[in-house]
Amino acid sequence: MHRYFLSKLAQSLLLLFGVLFLVFMMVRVTGDPSALMMPRESSPEQIEAFREKMGFNDPVLVQFSDFIAGAIVGDFGNSLHFKTAAMPLILERLPATVQLASVGLLIAMVIGIPIGLVGGFTPGSLVDSIGRFIALLGQSVPNFWLGLMMILYFGVKLGWFPTFGRDQWNSVVMPAFVLGLPVLGQIVRLTRSAVLEIRGEDYIRTAKSKGLEPKTIYIKHVLRNVAIPLISVIGVQFGYMLGGSIYIEAIFSWPGMGGLLEQSIGWRDFPLVQAIAVFTSVIVLALNILTDLTYSIIDPRIRYGR
Amino acid sequence: MADNDTFIPQTGDSLLDVEKTFKDRLAYFGRFLWRDQGGVIGVIVFLIVVFSAIFAPMIASQSPFDQNLRDSKLPPAWNEGGDWTHPFGTDSLGKDIFSRVIYGARVSLMVGLFGVLIAGSLGLIVGAIAGYAGGRLDATIMGGVNLILSLPYLLFVVFIAAVLGRSLLNVILIFGITDAPIFARVTRGEVLRMRESGYVESAISAGARWPRIIFSHIMPNLIGPLITLATFEMSAMIFYEAGLGFLGLSVPPNEYPTWGNMLSAGRKYMTSYPWMASFPGLAIMFTSLGMNLLGDWLRDVLDPRLRRSRK
Repeated sequence: MHRYFLSKLAQSLLLLFGVLFLVFMMVRVTGDPSALMMPRESSPEQIEAFREKMGFNDPVLVQFSDFIAGAIVGDFGNSLHFKTAAMPLILERLPATVQLASVGLLIAMVIGIPIGLVGGFTPGSLVDSIGRFIALLGQSVPNFWLGLMMILYFGVKLGWFPTFGRDQWNSVVMPAFVLGLPVLGQIVRLTRSAVLEIRGEDYIRTAKSKGLEPKTIYIKHVLRNVAIPLISVIGVQFGYMLGGSIYIEAIFSWPGMGGLLEQSIGWRDFPLVQAIAVFTSVIVLALNILTDLTYSIIDPRIRYGR
Repeated sequence: MADNDTFIPQTGDSLLDVEKTFKDRLAYFGRFLWRDQGGVIGVIVFLIVVFSAIFAPMIASQSPFDQNLRDSKLPPAWNEGGDWTHPFGTDSLGKDIFSRVIYGARVSLMVGLFGVLIAGSLGLIVGAIAGYAGGRLDATIMGGVNLILSLPYLLFVVFIAAVLGRSLLNVILIFGITDAPIFARVTRGEVLRMRESGYVESAISAGARWPRIIFSHIMPNLIGPLITLATFEMSAMIFYEAGLGFLGLSVPPNEYPTWGNMLSAGRKYMTSYPWMASFPGLAIMFTSLGMNLLGDWLRDVLDPRLRRSRK
């Protein structure tokens, strides 16, 4: 167990290093980073002063070690737009994004799991067809467009929900639904196929031939085994939602990290863009480790199978 | 949609049973297509999109670039005040939305096609090496691949696009390179499975040389899974390209009309002139839906093992 955890941790640290390296390289490989970070109309003297200040005139290795050292303590330099440190700006926006992703995940689970279960137990039924249609929609509808359409109909025409911001209690409903729809589709698909697969397993047949009541079989044998793949997908998808909320936050003016990222791209505020990219990767990696751990606690086959 | 769980194969439905003439193969695909209505829709939608992209100048009623401020913000033809010279209405500069949607298919398909070609070739090479070599090399390559795949994809594409700047070539390269790991993983898995399956081993022991093994034993079995994957990935790339356009990070708007750019421009007028963003969005959804159905169907046809349990 400890070894498994440690090797996961080591892998993630390695990846984190890889992410930092990639971010560092990307900003420099395209030429002069100060050209990227300074306003287009800056004079050569301003650019030179900026280069000196940011340390772009130092040798690359020195720059890289400075960058890594800063990243470890969460220092990604100052935002060019706000003129303050980038990290606190992100942390300030974090709760809004976490709220959005949590509500989205909750919506996806509450709707998706029952539909998937029913679909798996009665393949070909009406609920199953609806479930598969939802899964297809979740895969194909562009979320940025769905967001706009929902604002138009449920926000402007019907006036059911606020169209932007985070001030009212029901502000979160529309953006969370849009963010959760692809996940909803995936949960339906996965639950359905897991139920189908487990229903054909030998231990279910054994349980039936022992004369167990169907209710006991469903709850004790089927549901518990369906939970295993679901947990892993939910963990991964939560990370995806935290990193993928950029369009939705932009459309609904949701004051989270994704909205900040969209704005900072517009401002060409690269230190901020860079900080958001690294920070979100760290969160996603941490979530992946957590998911793996939960997974291996629930399902001993993972721990001992290696 | 046909229900796959109650699907019972009939005799003559396997490529192994029929004489492998071209006509038989065609008939086989045809029978399969007919049974899966989702697949029919997918194929039709895909053909419509390809057709619009190729014959855009003939289908589009207007030039997609012509501005005419007098005719700006016209509603679609079936709304009050609209007329059939501009079936989907016009945008804020008076450009014809219908023509722009038709021309937009070109960029989307180009990004999808070339992106998948690059990603597929890179992934095929890397994955085949990993699967064939095995051992430490395999572990290293797959370690890297899995690590990349666990990153928040959208975020990295956005970051790279923001750094590189807007151009069609950049967008294609970004997708081509960042998507290669998925192809590598699938290729490697298939190669590994084939190596253990016995028939490659029999071929080797029968004295077949490696070109023969690769081209007549391994490649034909790789094509199915890779084509299926390519369809899904192409759909994803079209989706992401539109997303980048929406953020103002894809092809510059003055070069070519793209669905993402149209969405991005129409977003400002969403509440008063909703058609400016509705139609490009519908085009993306239509294409994506069609390609997903096509992919589901291809998976069923090309990989009989998966026919029973769709995942």
